[in-house]
Amino acid sequence: MRLIPKDVESLWTLFTAPTIWALHFLVCYVTAAVFCAKAGAPPFSFEAMRLALCAVTLVALSGIVLSAYLAWRQWGFGSGDPPHDEPTRKDRLLFQGFATLLLAGLSFVAVIFVAVPLAFIEACQP
Amino acid sequence: MTGTVETELSADARKAQEAELREVWRTPSGWCYWTSVNNTEIGLWYGAAAFIFMLFAGVLALLVRVQLAVPGNDFLSADMFNQAFTLHGTVMMFLFAVPIFEAVAIFLLPSMLGARELPFPRLSAFGFWSFALGGVFVCGSIFFGAAPNTGWFMYPPLATDKEYSGIGADIWLLGLSFIEVASIAAAVELIVGIMKCRAPGMRINMMPLFAWYLLIVAGMILFAFPPLIAGDILFEMERMFDWPFFDAARGGDPLLWQHLFWIFGHPEVYIIFLPAIALMAMIVPTFSQRPIVGYSWIVLAAVGTGFLSFGLWVHHMFTTGLPQISLAFFSAASEAVAIPTGVQIFVFIATMLAGRVIFSVPMLFGAGGLAIFIIGGLTGVMVALVPFDWQAHDTYFIVAHLHYVLIGGMLFPIVAGIYYYYPLLDARKLSDRLGKIAFWLMFVGFNVAFFPMHLAGLRGMPRRVFTYPADIGWDWFNLISTIGAFIFASGVALVVIDVLRPKHRQPKGEQNPWNSGTLEWISEPEEKWGVRSIPIIRSRYPIWDQRGLIEDIKAGRFYLPDAKDGARETLVTSVLDAEPIQCLRVGGTSLLTILAAFSLGGVFIALTFHWWITTIVCASATLAAIVAWLWTGTAVIPREEMRDVGLGKTLPLYTSGPGSVGWWAMFITMAGDGTAYASLMFGYFFYWTIHEDFTAGHAGPGVLWPFTAAGLFTLAWAAMLVAQWVNEADWRGLTRLALAVAVLLTLAACCAGLAGPYLTGMDPTVHVYPAIVWVVALWTVVHGGVGIIMQLYCLARNLAGRMSARHDMDLRNVVLYWHFLVITAITSFGVLGLFPGLR
Repeated sequence: MRLIPKDVESLWTLFTAPTIWALHFLVCYVTAAVFCAKAGAPPFSFEAMRLALCAVTLVALSGIVLSAYLAWRQWGFGSGDPPHDEPTRKDRLLFQGFATLLLAGLSFVAVIFVAVPLAFIEACQP
Repeated sequence: MTGTVETELSADARKAQEAELREVWRTPSGWCYWTSVNNTEIGLWYGAAAFIFMLFAGVLALLVRVQLAVPGNDFLSADMFNQAFTLHGTVMMFLFAVPIFEAVAIFLLPSMLGARELPFPRLSAFGFWSFALGGVFVCGSIFFGAAPNTGWFMYPPLATDKEYSGIGADIWLLGLSFIEVASIAAAVELIVGIMKCRAPGMRINMMPLFAWYLLIVAGMILFAFPPLIAGDILFEMERMFDWPFFDAARGGDPLLWQHLFWIFGHPEVYIIFLPAIALMAMIVPTFSQRPIVGYSWIVLAAVGTGFLSFGLWVHHMFTTGLPQISLAFFSAASEAVAIPTGVQIFVFIATMLAGRVIFSVPMLFGAGGLAIFIIGGLTGVMVALVPFDWQAHDTYFIVAHLHYVLIGGMLFPIVAGIYYYYPLLDARKLSDRLGKIAFWLMFVGFNVAFFPMHLAGLRGMPRRVFTYPADIGWDWFNLISTIGAFIFASGVALVVIDVLRPKHRQPKGEQNPWNSGTLEWISEPEEKWGVRSIPIIRSRYPIWDQRGLIEDIKAGRFYLPDAKDGARETLVTSVLDAEPIQCLRVGGTSLLTILAAFSLGGVFIALTFHWWITTIVCASATLAAIVAWLWTGTAVIPREEMRDVGLGKTLPLYTSGPGSVGWWAMFITMAGDGTAYASLMFGYFFYWTIHEDFTAGHAGPGVLWPFTAAGLFTLAWAAMLVAQWVNEADWRGLTRLALAVAVLLTLAACCAGLAGPYLTGMDPTVHVYPAIVWVVALWTVVHGGVGIIMQLYCLARNLAGRMSARHDMDLRNVVLYWHFLVITAITSFGVLGLFPGLR
């Protein structure tokens, strides 16, 4: 089994990192909302939930890093500079790689943004 | 020229081709003019209607401002004031801001992509007529004193209170649901159009940025509008049949509406903003006379904003007492969205710095709009912070913020777009002088009107008060705002005058007066065919970079230079590299779309007034019109399989399955439908979270019937798979048998689905638990009913000899529908049956 997936030629790879951001956001929000709504019922503490969500954040960030690596590879490891506007399949691939890489960067930052409250907020209603 | 042309046509042959094309794409005259489905007419009507609604809502705003000019004013009664501001917000958001972009897109996209037409012109026409009718219905209500009066976001319990809100809330809910249908129709049209109908060679790294933005926006519509539709269903069930979804006394919760509304409402802000900024992405390079700097960065910004905008909705609900950790997540995401938004603004500035800027009227409106938008964005970052929002919430600070964002981010760029693209309508420019005066009136008037509102808000003036006492420090701010509003309105009036004034004495200019580089400037205002021949694209700015392109297109030297078979045709190309794969025949002029839209409008209007029989009659008429439309206009088996499209290429005329545009349209529609369903299920679990015991001791639907229903739906789905499989083997009789079995199984599944809640005597008016169970079951069963209609349709096509092993587009699309349906059914009945016992 190969660890790093093969090159995929599809429009959808562009959306990998933002999708990971969206899933991470949903998991954080839903977990915290349900925990706080059902206060007392869950058999674990707020602390434990925070730690679990931090772990989810790390998983999400690793996913984004992987997607960024694949994008970097598709971009030829930065061998050519934008604008990638030649009418060739090669330039189309380079454009896709570069745009995907940029989106991975944005998603990485956005995941960290969303995770910041986990570091600072210690209860449902402090 | 491309070098691929072997022979040059004689002038006579070329004239003959042009005559053919002109005849095929002719717009009917007289009354039949209105049956046209051509994108240039539909786009123009759509835009004009949206603009008229905008002017109407603007007048309402002026009435509001006159009332607030001085303290203790009695120009409007309190109730009229409520109706005026509610309708102002509603009309601006639903009847202007979203539809105007659909209008611009429908008008511009085909020629920008080098296509003759979008893939479903009749769907565009249907969307337009739905929108126009729904809009007139909603706007007209104020003349009968029956307009909605509870604010544009319709919060229960105020809006569910029939004593207070009267029929206005129903008009809002049903009128707008109808318009939401039009938006989703437009989204389907735009996504398929942009992905599959680009000119050959227009790879995705060549796409005009406008198309990139529109692709993202259409995707956002698909995930943003359905939650509102789900909310509308719950809301209307409460108002019509007293199902207590938002009634706290019977286990409901008004906050669920706020969630569903804002899951729609916040992305909507970006659905409005991105297309406007997309216009800027076309205008800025033209007036900098160079390609955009950072094409990929714009794609990053568009996609990034599209995603992040879905993580912001709770920032409208910071004061509702949600846990602070939840608020913090949304606050963080609201700050993060400033990154991609900032990127696109820096890209424009960089482009202007790198080129030589020509300060024309469109640039003036564009730059002025951006300046205003940036101020709105900065106050947005302020209110994204929870503690500041607690202070500013529901004050005039918010009114100022949202108008800075929407007018700067949307209205100014739209006016820039009108000045920029007007030559495409009329081959003449609008007046530079009037434009400049209008700009300064609007720019100054806007700031005079809205800037003082920040201060009034910080001094504590709440939104939506119809008057206020003197001497609490609000008088001057309000008077200044009113004066500014009238200055602003005079600027808008000047734009209207400039557009409407007769221009026949002005000479017709050349085709591309701004010397821009993108493909939409090849379209000729007098011709209806879109493009004379479909070009091969090799640049992001083909008019600048491809020498002789316009002459070659006009001489018919590219694809599809003729219309031999008398059908409207365009090319379908592959998603990534835009290689030609099919010659698509699109629908032409038709009355059926108008009939379908008006009868569907009848359904919504009759429902508002509880005229049940009229509702049934109109619904039947809608069904008949849609079936007739499908039967006569879709999946037509061509006389010949292949078509010579020119340049030595021959393409198939019929494709089915994932290669066909119809399959994609079904997939996209069902993605939207699935989102609405997910929103209903969100409601189910929402009630579970807020209650200790969300069943409140009421009996559930049991396990047996829901499981029977899920099992029968799965069998019906399996029968559909068998039908597709035997049809592929060309066993017509067996196909019929499989379809008939599938119909019976679906019928039984629907009955079993309803049997659960019915036989256990669940009364949906008693408590929210039975109500939500009924809604989920009904949603699934109604989809089963639509599934039956589709199965019968396929059966009829088979019997009529309009479907075969080779020509199986209908069956494949229906099977795709069934994939979605079986997931819905298993989820619904699995949850309804098992969850009460599991939790």
